[in-house]
Amino acid sequence: MTTAYATRPAPAELDAADRRIINRLQDGLPLVASPYAVVAVELGLSEGELLYRLERLLESGVLSRFGPMYHAERLGGGLTLAALAVPERDYDAVVEAVNAFPEVAHNYRREHRLNMWFVLATETPERIAQVIAEIEAATGLLVFNMPKQEEFHVRLHLPV
Amino acid sequence: MSVSTCPSDAAWLDATDRAIVLATQAGLPLVPDPWGAVGRPLGLSGEAVRDRLARMQEAGIVRRVAAVPNHYRLGYVANGMTVWDVDDARIDRLGREVARLPGVSHCYRRPRHLPDWPYNLFAMLHGRTRAEVEAQADTLRELLGSACRDHRILYSSRILKKTGLRLAGRSDRPG
Repeated sequence: MTTAYATRPAPAELDAADRRIINRLQDGLPLVASPYAVVAVELGLSEGELLYRLERLLESGVLSRFGPMYHAERLGGGLTLAALAVPERDYDAVVEAVNAFPEVAHNYRREHRLNMWFVLATETPERIAQVIAEIEAATGLLVFNMPKQEEFHVRLHLPV
Repeated sequence: MSVSTCPSDAAWLDATDRAIVLATQAGLPLVPDPWGAVGRPLGLSGEAVRDRLARMQEAGIVRRVAAVPNHYRLGYVANGMTVWDVDDARIDRLGREVARLPGVSHCYRRPRHLPDWPYNLFAMLHGRTRAEVEAQADTLRELLGSACRDHRILYSSRILKKTGLRLAGRSDRPG
């Protein structure tokens, strides 16, 4: 059966320059004029090579995104984590039903009785409850809503 | 004023800020002058775009302008959502300590759903192997000590969707 969703991608082959770029740019691009030129100097690359490699890392999916990382709630939107206990025989159909909602930003299969975990991001905080009701109607399953009550600040850096 | 406890700073954003958010949420252009490239269709100078992004970053609306790696493609194939049933009286102090451990990418307090779901502390752990994640979880378990009644590691076995956060277009464009 063909499935519309992504399977787990294989680790990429990265050379030393790619690794330096990924390590450096997880920490953030400086907000200065010609920022890529500034970072390229730090990394011992030309600006053109940095841009070319960044484009390739994005195209090949090593980087899922490059740009400003917005804080959804502070933009005035709603954000929550939600989970479903999906019967195995219905799993593919429920994936399709849940992923069809544009408000579903991420969705992961996890090994637990609650086996589908997704993040909802909505234009307004009020819209979260509506989308949850719509997902319950579309799937016939109870949505476990787990909005964050407190965020403990971290800054992830995955060294490569 | 502390920005970290503000429920919403939406009112703080004007239409021009919102236009910049919309123009950059798919990513920053990979050209020598990315700020100018963002500003041009909006009728803004590159400097204005940069200033506004810097102000949004100071206010915590922009966390940073950065590369977001795909964990799997970097070889971090073991991604465990660890969930902990922690004493409510001690969770806020302990949560802050957990967040400082290496390998933790997100750390939140979330509501329990009793009796199905007793866990109120969530910490995402990333490792190259499950053994690495389990070693991180052991460290966490030790840190939580007697405040923790139970925990689980929920590994992700498949990415079903990953589009990131998207704002829909709004009608309020800068005039």
